[in-house]
Amino acid sequence: MYKAMRTLIKAATVSALITAAIVSSAFAQSSLSNQGGDQAIKEIERYRQALGDGNPAELWEARGEDIWKQKRGPKMVSLEQCDLGLGAGVVKGAYTVLPKFFSDSDKVEDLESRLVTCMVMLQGFPYDQAKKNPFGGPDNKSDMEALVAYISGSSRGMKMNVTGNHPDEKKYYALGRKMFFHRGGPHDFSCASCHGADGQRIRLQALPNLLKQETARSAYTTWPAYRVSQGEARSFQWRLFDCFRQQRFPELEFTSDASIALTMFLAKNANGGVMNAPAIKR
Amino acid sequence: MSDPMRIRAQLTGDKVDVRVLMAHEMETGLRKDAAGKIVPAHFIQNVIATCNGKTVLSAQWGPSVSKNPTLSFRFSGAKVGDKVIVTWVDNKGDKRTDEALITAAA
Repeated sequence: MYKAMRTLIKAATVSALITAAIVSSAFAQSSLSNQGGDQAIKEIERYRQALGDGNPAELWEARGEDIWKQKRGPKMVSLEQCDLGLGAGVVKGAYTVLPKFFSDSDKVEDLESRLVTCMVMLQGFPYDQAKKNPFGGPDNKSDMEALVAYISGSSRGMKMNVTGNHPDEKKYYALGRKMFFHRGGPHDFSCASCHGADGQRIRLQALPNLLKQETARSAYTTWPAYRVSQGEARSFQWRLFDCFRQQRFPELEFTSDASIALTMFLAKNANGGVMNAPAIKR
Repeated sequence: MSDPMRIRAQLTGDKVDVRVLMAHEMETGLRKDAAGKIVPAHFIQNVIATCNGKTVLSAQWGPSVSKNPTLSFRFSGAKVGDKVIVTWVDNKGDKRTDEALITAAA
């Protein structure tokens, strides 16, 4: 309860406090009147909009841009020559074409694994060090999540456009699809158990049907996102990592082939959707 | 050293719309860490905004304000190109000052 209140009181001015109060009373009303799912979803949308006015992900974006331009690593160079899929140093729009096959690393890579590759190849970081702090937490800032916020934010307003024609890209897509439907773990869950039908939810959180174009797009294009309840900007790798945890699957290894394959499946299904990340989520 | 604030100040009509995003942990002092020990309180206590040497906002905050808070307020009596300066001081004495120029509304 206390945490929920803290979450609601995100903004500190009188006007913002009033907004928060309206939102919370609207919540109470909609749950009391029990007008069905549509009303509740509308109210949650309103809550998101109230939060979206001043998304703290901007702080991550700003930090990420600094890190991108800083000379770092054993070779003391910046990441500005990193090819994210649209040519060396092109950040704008890069997120919309990932995951993608890269001939220099001979691998299909998503944004996070590509950044690891650039840190190793350009900056000379040892591989283990480049991928060692993927997710931030209290007193632990993740450079990776800052970079992801900056780069994904540079594709805001652009359409997802994953081609997926390379044989390896097709292989990853097929593998991702298979994983999406693969049931396992103590709950015998697959991704599709929660994300393969309309109108599913966990508690108050509506779960998007990732097999339908419209919802697949709106879900994918709002990650990465700032999670208010965690006070952190989260990457897509984190999203998948946490889905696996919730499914009680074995831990999804950061930038593993499995994570990239699943990202490939979900990103390509979102083609045509307009990027609006980093977004803000409860 | 804390991260810089993001400040936007926009003149609409005769009022300046200011939005400030601050990077701060805002620990309440009630939360426990993984080892069960209380995480000491650490939060912004005072916020002051000035423009042309005049204080346009002065606020006292407490631990109920969220992590990475946003602050928005309006004031009148400034023009495009004037500087808005925002300073916060937290309960450990850390402080941070950032500024932004007032722009015309798009």
